[in-house]
Amino acid sequence: MSDTQNLTVVQAVRDGLYSEMREDDDVLVLGQDVGKNGGVFRATEGLYDEFGGDRVVDTPLAESGIVGAAVGMAAMGLRPVPEIQFSGFMYPGFDQIVSHMARFRARSRGRFTVPMTLRAPYGGGIRAPEHHSESKEAFYAHEAGLKVAIPSTPYDAKGLLAASIRDPDPVIFLEPKLIYRAFREEVPEEPYAVPLGEAATRREGDDVAVFTYGAMTRPTLEAAESLAEEGIECQVVDLRTVSPLDREAIVDAFERTGRAVVVHEAPKTGGLAGEITAIIQEEALLYQEAPVKRVTGFDVPYPLYALEDYYLPTAARVEDGILEAVEF
Amino acid sequence: MSVFDRAYDDPVRVLDEDGEVVGDVPDLDEEELVEMYRLMRLARHFDGRAVSLQRQGRMGTYPPLSGQEGAQIGSATALAEDDWMVPSYREHGAALVRGLPLKQTLLYWMGHEAGNKAPEDVNVFPVAVPIASQVPHATGASWASKLRGTDEVFLCYFGDGATSEGDFHEGVNFAGVFDTPTVFFCNNNQWAISVPRERQTRSATLAQKAEAYGIDGVQVDGMDPLAVYSVTTAAVEKARDPETDRPRPTLIEAIQYRFGAHTTADDPTVYRDDDEVERWKAKDPIPRLEAYLRSEGILDDERVAAIETAVEERVADAIDAAEAAARPEPSELFEHAYAELPPELARQREEFAAFREAHGDEAFLEE
Repeated sequence: MSDTQNLTVVQAVRDGLYSEMREDDDVLVLGQDVGKNGGVFRATEGLYDEFGGDRVVDTPLAESGIVGAAVGMAAMGLRPVPEIQFSGFMYPGFDQIVSHMARFRARSRGRFTVPMTLRAPYGGGIRAPEHHSESKEAFYAHEAGLKVAIPSTPYDAKGLLAASIRDPDPVIFLEPKLIYRAFREEVPEEPYAVPLGEAATRREGDDVAVFTYGAMTRPTLEAAESLAEEGIECQVVDLRTVSPLDREAIVDAFERTGRAVVVHEAPKTGGLAGEITAIIQEEALLYQEAPVKRVTGFDVPYPLYALEDYYLPTAARVEDGILEAVEF
Repeated sequence: MSVFDRAYDDPVRVLDEDGEVVGDVPDLDEEELVEMYRLMRLARHFDGRAVSLQRQGRMGTYPPLSGQEGAQIGSATALAEDDWMVPSYREHGAALVRGLPLKQTLLYWMGHEAGNKAPEDVNVFPVAVPIASQVPHATGASWASKLRGTDEVFLCYFGDGATSEGDFHEGVNFAGVFDTPTVFFCNNNQWAISVPRERQTRSATLAQKAEAYGIDGVQVDGMDPLAVYSVTTAAVEKARDPETDRPRPTLIEAIQYRFGAHTTADDPTVYRDDDEVERWKAKDPIPRLEAYLRSEGILDDERVAAIETAVEERVADAIDAAEAAARPEPSELFEHAYAELPPELARQREEFAAFREAHGDEAFLEE
C-alpha cells in the first residue's frame, strides 16, 4: 500500500496541484496572490518556490484576463489551472467562461480544445464579507461544454482535481471553503484520479435517497445518522460532479427507496435539485412514493453573515425534509 | 499653469514629510483645517478599534485603512454637500466626511445588512466589494446628473489593483466619451493584497492611463491631505463646470501606502518587508498635518488632547451602539430582494417561519 498523508480539504487541493504539476510540465497555476503569498486560503502554498514564477503566476487583478489568457494557453496545449480567489468574483470572467472556455472545442469543430481547470473557493458559512459566500454552481452546470466538480472530502479533492486537470475538456472546480479545514483524511501521496461524473454513496439505506454534494454532505450525513436512531435509513449520495450528473447513481438510489430529498446550499429556483428531480421523473416515475423534497438556500441574495446561519441548510432542516419525504 | 498640465509622474505636494510647506497651501480656514485633522484622527482611531474588534471575535473580516487617511479625508472634504461619493470597501474615513455614522460602518462589517443603508441625507453609494465594479456606476450616476442638470459631482474611489479590471477601463472611457462630471480617485496604496503596483501594469504611472481616454490625469502625494484636497477641489470644480475648456472627468492617482493588512484575513509579512513599511510610515499623513497646524499656531497640546479624547469617546459610543443593535430579525432575509415578494418567495418565507416556529432558532444555529 502506498504512503498517505493526513490532509485537510485545502491541503489536499494543494497536494493535487503539486502532484499534477510534478507529473506534467504543461500544468501551470495562475491567479491573484497564488504565487509568493501562496493563495489567500494557502491552496498554492509552496508551489511558487517549488515550480517558479513561470508556472505559478501572480497576475494583475483581472478575472477576465485570467480566464481568457488561460483559454489561450489551453488552446495552445498547456493545461492551465487558473484560480479565481472567490467564486463571487468569477463574473468579470463569465464572458470568457461561457463564450469561449465552454465552447472553443465546439466552435472550432475540435481543432482547438481547452483542457483547463478553473478553481474557485465557493459557498457560505465562514462569516465572510459580502459576495464571498454564494453558491452558483448551477450557472456553470447549465453551460454546455463545461464540467463542474465539487469535492466533499480531502481524498476526493485531490482525486477530482487530478481528473479535472487531466480531462480533455474545461472543468469548473468549486471548493467548498466551509470544509477547507473542517476535518482530515488519509490521502495517498502518489497521484490518483477520482473520475468525473461518478457519484459516491456515503451511506446505505432503504427508506429514502438523499442527494447532495460539497459542504452540505456533512449536515446531510449528520441528519441521516440522527434519523437512523429512529429507524429511518437513508441512502446518502454525494454527487461529486454536478455536471455531468451521475444519472445512473441517482436512478439506482431512487429506485431502491422510492423517496428522495435533494440538499444544496444554492438557491432553490433553477438549482441542481430541480435537475435531479427531473431525472427521477424521467427515469423512475413508477417507483415514486412521495414528492421529491428540496432542502436548499432561499431565493434571496446571500445575506451578510449575521443571518447566514438562517440561510444555509442545517442538519435539522435536512432532517425535517427527510421526514417530510418519508412520512408522505 | 493648471494642476492638470503637469507631468504624470510629478505628484502635487503641499506639505513635506515633516509638515513643512513645499507647495501652494489651499484656501481653508482654521476650522476647516482642524476638522480635517480631527477626522483623520477619528478614522485612525476607529481603524485600530475595528481591527481589535475583529481580533476579539466581535466583528467579521475588516479592511483597515491606516496610512490612507490623508487621501480619504483630503479628497472627500473637496466635495460640496450635494455631491456624491462612490466607494469601494476601504473608504470608512471618506464616508465619515460625508456624514455616514460610524455605527453604519461597524454594522456592515459586523454582518448586518442595515450597515449598507446610508441615511437618506448622506450621499454615499453602497460599499462595492467586487473590484472596480463601482467605477461604471459612478460614470452612470454622474451622467444622470449631467442629463438632469442637477450639478452634482461624483467622486469614485478604487485601488491600484482596480485599474487592471475591465470595469475600470469601461467606466473611465464612458466618462470621457460622455464628458461626465466624475472624479476617479485611485488610492494607489502600492499593494493589491500581495501583488505589488508594478505587477499590475507596465505603465510608469496610473495617472497616465487617463491619456488613453482623453481625460485629465494627475498624481498627488496621497499622504499629504492638503495636496489631495487641492487636486480634488480642482477636479471637482472642473467636473461641475459645463463650460470648462477641459474634459470634465479626471483621474487622480493618490500615491500612498496601507500600513496594515489588506484585510484582517491577510498577513502582509508573507509578501512585503518591514523596512518598506517603516519607510512609508515616515510619511504618515497625521503627524504631517499636525506639525503644520502646530507651526501655524492652529493646534497646541491642549487642543490635540481634547481632540484625542473626543475621538476616543465617539468611537467608543459608536461601538456600544453597534453592539447594542439587535441581531437582525431572521425573516429580514426575505426583505428587499424585490419591491413585492413574488409568490414562490412568499411561500419560502412561510415555510421558513413555520420551521422556525416548530424547531426554534437552535435548528438554524447548530454547527
